[in-house]
Amino acid sequence: MAIATASQTIGPYWHLIEDPTWSDLTRFGAQGDVIEITGTITDGAGASVADAAVEIFQSTPAADDSFPGLGRARTDAAGRFLFRTIKPGPVPGPAPRLGNVPQAPHVAIVIHARGLLRALATRIYFDGEPLNETDPILSLIDDPAARRTLLALGTGPASWHLDISLQGDNETVFMEV
Amino acid sequence: MTETAPFQPIAPGTQPANDTPSYGSTGLRHPKRPPLRIPSTITETAAPHFSPALFPSLIDLSVLNGRQALGERIIVRGRVTDENDRPIPHTMIEIWQANASGRYDHPGDTHDAPLDPNFHGNGRVFTDADGWYQFVSIKPGAYPWRNHPNAWRPNHIHYSLFGNGFAQRLITQMYFPGDPLLPLDPIFLATPVEAARNRLIAGFDLTITKPEWALGYRFDVVLRGRHATPMETQ
Repeated sequence: MAIATASQTIGPYWHLIEDPTWSDLTRFGAQGDVIEITGTITDGAGASVADAAVEIFQSTPAADDSFPGLGRARTDAAGRFLFRTIKPGPVPGPAPRLGNVPQAPHVAIVIHARGLLRALATRIYFDGEPLNETDPILSLIDDPAARRTLLALGTGPASWHLDISLQGDNETVFMEV
Repeated sequence: MTETAPFQPIAPGTQPANDTPSYGSTGLRHPKRPPLRIPSTITETAAPHFSPALFPSLIDLSVLNGRQALGERIIVRGRVTDENDRPIPHTMIEIWQANASGRYDHPGDTHDAPLDPNFHGNGRVFTDADGWYQFVSIKPGAYPWRNHPNAWRPNHIHYSLFGNGFAQRLITQMYFPGDPLLPLDPIFLATPVEAARNRLIAGFDLTITKPEWALGYRFDVVLRGRHATPMETQ
């Protein structure tokens, strides 16, 4: 068996491959409830992370020519990012052996940046979704405060916001498969 | 039945730790808590869809607007497989790099080395049905960075790969053989297992080299593999 190639940092110059249209996952005409997801990223000193490449990925709706499934956005000088996408629906559960409990609507989020030798992966859930209470991944987190680091708050009828902290007291829960 | 084969765990020491004090920028950016281990679900095993019609290839970085970039022309060829040696077909690879002088065409790069009007430094290729890819570029130069006194990054090309499941997402760097800066580079050295580290170094390959035209390098990439069958426990 071969071993997977080592990750290396994306560095500060990844914008050479940046295409700002990638932040809009609906740009190829996908149909559904369009939402905006905004957020901020801060470091262990509370400073804005201004050079990150933020990616979201969602398995619902399924990716096709009208919906790439993946979006990418830069963080700006204040550490802010913004995506436009289709609101995901419930997602099938992990496996029969885990009871196949459906997953609450969520998007995967991955942060690449200078100073990160490996990307940081986690999920964004939507505050107030009834399925959050039984979601098999959220249920792995006992501490309610830690669980809240994954809940985007509604800031309008179709807009959601999540502040992400890479390090410190309010550190976001990051995940690894 | 929606279960898909889960990904195998990462082999210890084969990936760099985000807490790597020799690389200064990691200090305030690495999480202090260990990651939450989660099972593979469709969010991790499904993949983005990049139609080549909507994400056009750019396979020759060495020419811009019909004009040849300065530097040593190179051909890079390789194969993308998973840990089970299965090829990853039709997957998108993004590449970016400094010019031959060691300068990025990026507003944040203030290194006192010349920009090249005929070189921007970004590319995009797709693997073929058997996982092979190839692109043409110029050899990137080394450049200083401020990580420690007299710090220089070895020559490298940045790679971004997506694979056929989102948990395979990989950003990495390809290095060049015989580079004297490699044993001094905290980013390269951050991967503890030497064999894993050395697979980031491309091989010079005379069969890829094109006579009278360009040197050839071989760089294979292995993405995370899945268990053989969906029913195995992970």
